[in-house]
Amino acid sequence: MAKITDLKEAISESVIDGQTIALEGFTHLIPFAAGHEIIRQGKLDLTLIRMTPDIIYDQMIGMGCAKKLIFGWAGNPGVGSLHRFRDALENGWPKPLEIEEHSHAAMANAFDAGASGLPLAIFQGYKGVDLEKLNDKIKYITCPFSEQKLVAIPSIRPDVTIIHAQKSDQKGNVLIEGITGVQKEAVLAATCSIVTVEEIVEDLEATANSIIIPSWALNFVAEVPHGAYPSYAYGYYGRDNKFYTNWDKISRDREKFKSWVDINILKK
Amino acid sequence: MTKINHTPDEMMTIAAARELKDGQICFVGIGLPSAAANLARLSHAPEIVLIYESGTLDTKPDILPLSIGDPELSESALTNESVPEMFRFWLQGGHINLGFLGGAQIDRFANINSTVIGNYSEPKVRLPGAGGAPEIATHCGEIFVIIRQSKRSFVEKVDFITSFGHGEGKNHRKRLGIDTKGPTKIITDLCIMEPEPDSFELIVTSIHSGVSREEISQSTGWEIRFANNINTTKAPSNIELGALRALQNRSLEATFLSKN
Repeated sequence: MAKITDLKEAISESVIDGQTIALEGFTHLIPFAAGHEIIRQGKLDLTLIRMTPDIIYDQMIGMGCAKKLIFGWAGNPGVGSLHRFRDALENGWPKPLEIEEHSHAAMANAFDAGASGLPLAIFQGYKGVDLEKLNDKIKYITCPFSEQKLVAIPSIRPDVTIIHAQKSDQKGNVLIEGITGVQKEAVLAATCSIVTVEEIVEDLEATANSIIIPSWALNFVAEVPHGAYPSYAYGYYGRDNKFYTNWDKISRDREKFKSWVDINILKK
Repeated sequence: MTKINHTPDEMMTIAAARELKDGQICFVGIGLPSAAANLARLSHAPEIVLIYESGTLDTKPDILPLSIGDPELSESALTNESVPEMFRFWLQGGHINLGFLGGAQIDRFANINSTVIGNYSEPKVRLPGAGGAPEIATHCGEIFVIIRQSKRSFVEKVDFITSFGHGEGKNHRKRLGIDTKGPTKIITDLCIMEPEPDSFELIVTSIHSGVSREEISQSTGWEIRFANNINTTKAPSNIELGALRALQNRSLEATFLSKN
């Protein structure tokens, strides 16, 4: 059964320096509050996994939490670059960042394989592209039935996965609605999992086919209203596209970035 | 001289929208492809099915999304699929007949770069990377590309192949065991290009109204050739321009004037 606790305790009891962690949420339900708590607790040397690093990993990379990033698309959606990510990669600031780069299809398959207890993911992809030559985790396997050549990559099995969802009940069963990305897969692939929720309710009011992660498949549930802001939570609040646009200016400059983090994360 | 009352970007988006038809199942990239695809859906192709890789299936946004998974896409979709299902069932499973992509660089055989300018390990400019594009480029029935044309974006050889077009030309796709068509139309702010039969090198097949051959040659990083039977892309009509501007205005308003 999941332990229902507060965010501070959930992070301090599960995230350890040097671990491999995934904060998932595909544009929607990005666990920003949890990422900010990791920054406040000063976690270091993390290998961060996310299909789209988004602003949350830009902030964590800029604060020196990461030694490595495993990702598929590292941009500020519809706006431009992730400047803290680029500064780490291009100039080693605040520290050098190792990268392992994949396509989204590859990452989605690798999370799915991790959740399925498999050591590898098999799919059709990477044909003719340069990533395949640069990422030594991309290998090939021959189908024993059709003799087709298929891509094989290691499954993703994070030490800790953190996601945000709409609600849980008092037992810690979690309901997710809207764009669900790879959240369920990322939770089931992980050794330890934390879910932050908008609210804890008496009754989930779920329909028969709702996406629910049972309490007994989770480790921690914490109630964190607005925990996905400035991304969004379907049914609760919209995506703050204005903030995503403004992040470009805030993150371009190291000093401006640090003072923003100081006011909006560290002193909160 | 007729007075030009549209911008090159508007011409590009409208020319691209015209290529889209009812009945297509279209996997849409964010930005320019999304603008053209929604313009088509809101005008001449109301039955076109638009799919974004966030898992939003058959989505009908009234405003252009800023990100690939905006609330507008999710709430107006027929259904929201998980991302593994999106890539495994719908894309790899072969249900999508058209992929619509953008990019930072494209070469004479329509290979696309959205990863890096310069060297991968010591980048001049680090771009966002692959996202869904590599598998969209090989699993969809065919590919349209929309990209602004300049010597920097239209290069002899891309710095990095993020998405495979026609490789080194000729039957390169077939040699790699790819049985989809790949890029069939490249729509720019100056013209439309298509791969020449057999060589698969891009050639200009339609020049946008008011644009000269010299402008196109000077904005291409290789010696671009022109088809024998070349068309002129008709200038946008007032109806087309009105629909595009209305769409863009209400999208901007939604992003910047909303109270969250």
